[in-house]
Amino acid sequence: MRILPRIFLIALPFLVGCEGAWNDPYSETARRGMTLYSSFTERPKHLDPVQSYTEDEARFTQQIYEPLLQYHYLKRPYELVPLTVLDVPKAREVEGGKFTVYDIRIRPGIMYQPHAAFVSENHSLGRERIGKLKAPQELPLGTRELVADDYIYQIKRLAHPRLHSPIGGHMNDYIVGLAEYAKKLKAADQGGWLDLRQIPLEGVERVDSHSFRIKVRGSYPQFVYWLAMPFFAPVPWEAEKFFAQPGMAEKNFSLDWWPVGTGAYMLTENNPNSRMVLERNPNYRGEPYPSEGEAEDRERGLLADAGKTIPFIDRVVFSREKEAIPYWNKFLQGYYDSSGIGSDQFDQAVRMSIEGDVGVTPEMEERGIRLSTSVATSIGYVAFNWDDPVVGGYQGGESAERARKLRQALSIAFDVEEQINIFGNGRGIAAQGPVAPGIFGYREGREGINPVVYDWVDGKPQRKSIEAARKLLAEAGYPNGRDARTGQPLVLYLDTVTRGPGDKAAFDWYRRQFEKLSIQLEIRSTDWNRFQEKIRKGATQLFRLGWNADYPDPENFLFLLYGPQSRAKSQGENASNYLNPEYDALFERMKNMPNSAERQKIIDRMVEIVRRDAPWIWGTHPKEYSLRHAWLSNDKPNNMARNNIKYLKVDTEKRAELRAQWNKPVLWPIALVVLALAISAFPAILSYRKRERMAARPAA
Amino acid sequence: MLAYIVRRVLYAIPILVGVNLITFLLFFVVNTPDDMARMQLGTKRVTPDAIEKWKADHGYDKPLLWNAKEKTLTKTIFFEKSVKLFAFDFGAAEDGRDIANEIATRMWPSLALAIPVFLVGLALNITFAMFMAFFRATYLDFWGVVLCVAMMSISTLFYIIGGQYIASKVWHLVPISGYDGGFDALKFLALPALIAVIAGIGSGGRWYRTLFLEEMSRDYVRTARAKGLAESVVLFRHVLKNAMIPILTGAVVVIPLLFMGSLLSESFFGIPGLGSYTIDAIQAQDFAVVRSMVFIGSVLYIAGLLLTDLSYTLVDPRIKLE
Repeated sequence: MRILPRIFLIALPFLVGCEGAWNDPYSETARRGMTLYSSFTERPKHLDPVQSYTEDEARFTQQIYEPLLQYHYLKRPYELVPLTVLDVPKAREVEGGKFTVYDIRIRPGIMYQPHAAFVSENHSLGRERIGKLKAPQELPLGTRELVADDYIYQIKRLAHPRLHSPIGGHMNDYIVGLAEYAKKLKAADQGGWLDLRQIPLEGVERVDSHSFRIKVRGSYPQFVYWLAMPFFAPVPWEAEKFFAQPGMAEKNFSLDWWPVGTGAYMLTENNPNSRMVLERNPNYRGEPYPSEGEAEDRERGLLADAGKTIPFIDRVVFSREKEAIPYWNKFLQGYYDSSGIGSDQFDQAVRMSIEGDVGVTPEMEERGIRLSTSVATSIGYVAFNWDDPVVGGYQGGESAERARKLRQALSIAFDVEEQINIFGNGRGIAAQGPVAPGIFGYREGREGINPVVYDWVDGKPQRKSIEAARKLLAEAGYPNGRDARTGQPLVLYLDTVTRGPGDKAAFDWYRRQFEKLSIQLEIRSTDWNRFQEKIRKGATQLFRLGWNADYPDPENFLFLLYGPQSRAKSQGENASNYLNPEYDALFERMKNMPNSAERQKIIDRMVEIVRRDAPWIWGTHPKEYSLRHAWLSNDKPNNMARNNIKYLKVDTEKRAELRAQWNKPVLWPIALVVLALAISAFPAILSYRKRERMAARPAA
Repeated sequence: MLAYIVRRVLYAIPILVGVNLITFLLFFVVNTPDDMARMQLGTKRVTPDAIEKWKADHGYDKPLLWNAKEKTLTKTIFFEKSVKLFAFDFGAAEDGRDIANEIATRMWPSLALAIPVFLVGLALNITFAMFMAFFRATYLDFWGVVLCVAMMSISTLFYIIGGQYIASKVWHLVPISGYDGGFDALKFLALPALIAVIAGIGSGGRWYRTLFLEEMSRDYVRTARAKGLAESVVLFRHVLKNAMIPILTGAVVVIPLLFMGSLLSESFFGIPGLGSYTIDAIQAQDFAVVRSMVFIGSVLYIAGLLLTDLSYTLVDPRIKLE
């Protein structure tokens, strides 16, 4: 029995930790230097910039890889600025507008992070040596300067037969020769490393070591936005060759998991099951912190570091948190520097005044926690399937007019404001059309309201009365929710994805919206796969969907209703299969125009058309709420880019002090438990002794 | 005994084929290869060509179970994906990561939690059950059973959330979640291990109490008492030994399964083990990982049953395996 106290004594220092609070989840190494603590829920699937497309992945890839351009950190509306180029490339029409050319000049002197791929001896390691490696960084490391060929190599990778780039198909339509290039690569591919340098791509031309040219079919002004995404980040050929060695894949060493970039940070620990660690890239050139921003940025302290060289933070520790409760508690304990707000924590974190002002609760205020809000460049909506005989508009003539009035009536009855308050804790604004706030073409105030659904009353939009909706419904041929011709009640079907038991309340609320017009709503909930399949086949009537913008251009929203993009007909992004020749013609004109008064005029007309046609119940632009501790500064929400870590700053002393103050171990319960066990054992001991001393058992 | 082991191993082959077939059918009833491709490629801007290309690259462009065109079973998804499993070649997950490497990495956190929970839990459950059996028909036994029933009735999730709230949030004694290697793992495993042990006391204590009470009603116990042996000696030296067969039945069979990890604990405590690996794979529709984990689970379960049979011969010399 003496061994137990010994084990306890040995284990105690480890349980307690060498320093810091007992419940500190970080090791001594993780606390070195200026460290930012963050979390992730879903393990990233791809860190290869040619494949990565989700936000879960962008939070890593955008710190490591540097595309040609980036969004200005502070300015709104979003503005593209150079990242590795000398200036933002201008489109130049050639051959009478048949093609557009972008001349790109890279800044000289940009160096890659230290990596084993840049040491030529590491390209012939052998299986045995690879088998003994724990991480590629254990090998001798090298670097080299970024050159134009690295960008060209990556553009070629969009067509790689074994890499499945989500935008490969899209870029085939624009980059000259990319589709043919994919066929060439497929023919040349024999497994192993495919040296793309040996096969030229027609639409991408090297001018000199630091300049190249991209040739795009027709006019595609939105192309520059793609140049700000990791799809257009440089990839050195050496990295592909290094990771193609036999034995690398078995160790999970690949470009998909060990990125090689020129960005402010490099990945030094890759355990997507538990922890990902980024460290400052020692070869990073440094960038000045922005000196301009929005009017209120100076007041918020966001310009205090103007002109200083970034990054400030040395290390970023991302811990995986799959459950909301531990994540939230760790944030409150100070172990995460910032946090989103789940609906379960909303009341604990946020209070709203009667006037609608939003702030943190006194409990949060006491801890110095601050709240940031921003309207997301996204939209959630309920779509009508245009090909449906009841709610769709494909028929033309009187039937189409009836269906239009039905859609308008439902748009009025569906109380989006109530939905935001009940299910979103007020986090969102009711959409007035397809374009999200912060995007060119969006209109604020009176001129921005949807006149089909709202009236402008006392300086704010007011949803039309249910009587107005009933009137439209009667005009549509469904007085009191019954078909005037057959007398049958109108039954509509909404397809949606089931996320859990919590959906029941939302479904009941949906039914109630339709019941206002005496319309029965049948909800057909299913899993994500079946739901998507139904939409692809056009086998829906109404369904819930959303869109998150790729780039801050109205084209990225308005194309969601562009006829040739019909999901059922061409597997495009127009999930409602909406078709209006006038809208389509205007879209064709608008998409290639620079932002101007004329473009605004066309957008206004397009928005007017879709408001009248109502192919969607214009739902919500979500409002993102995030909390951050007092020690974290320079944090500004950015919906377009995730490369924000290089701008952030942490007051580590203040954090250490507050963490220690908030996490003092409470030891008396341990003593209490021991005492309780001792007391409860006492009657047992007495009873045992009594039994053992009994002379004989009493007769049964 | 060797013949018995060989026979049992041979029996395992059709069982494993059946388990693999059921897993395959269940998975593909819910997910089509197109769904899998979309899950990997995302939903934005994915063209039908990209989906076909992904399927061809990952071997999902073939018929599921029967290739009618070539009139063969072998050129099917089922055959091609299953055969390698029997050589323990798990291949790569749909996201490209090597499954064997993942299993080798993730089994240690699972074992680091499961082994102490198993050993301490078994010892504690047996001790508590013997305590109740010793004080049978007294108020201590009565309240012990009441406690067991109450503890059995509480959801594991409640223990986890309650434990995290009290031990980490209120008392600040251990981290609420997370994991680290080496000795640092102790501070992360202390709470989940304690919670798992406590959560298992109710059912374990009752089960073992029943076993002991049954043994205590036998003649040899009466004889031992008649000899004047102390009750503690009767219990520990005679009853415990003779109750070993049912204890082994329950305990040995789970030993290999410890490797598979705990789905709930690993998820809530952020332990990167095989339990959370399986859950992630199901959510990501990663058939390669799901079939590998189900296959390993089946192999381990069969191994557990075999070990149980073998352990009988160790504790009861009357049993012979032929």
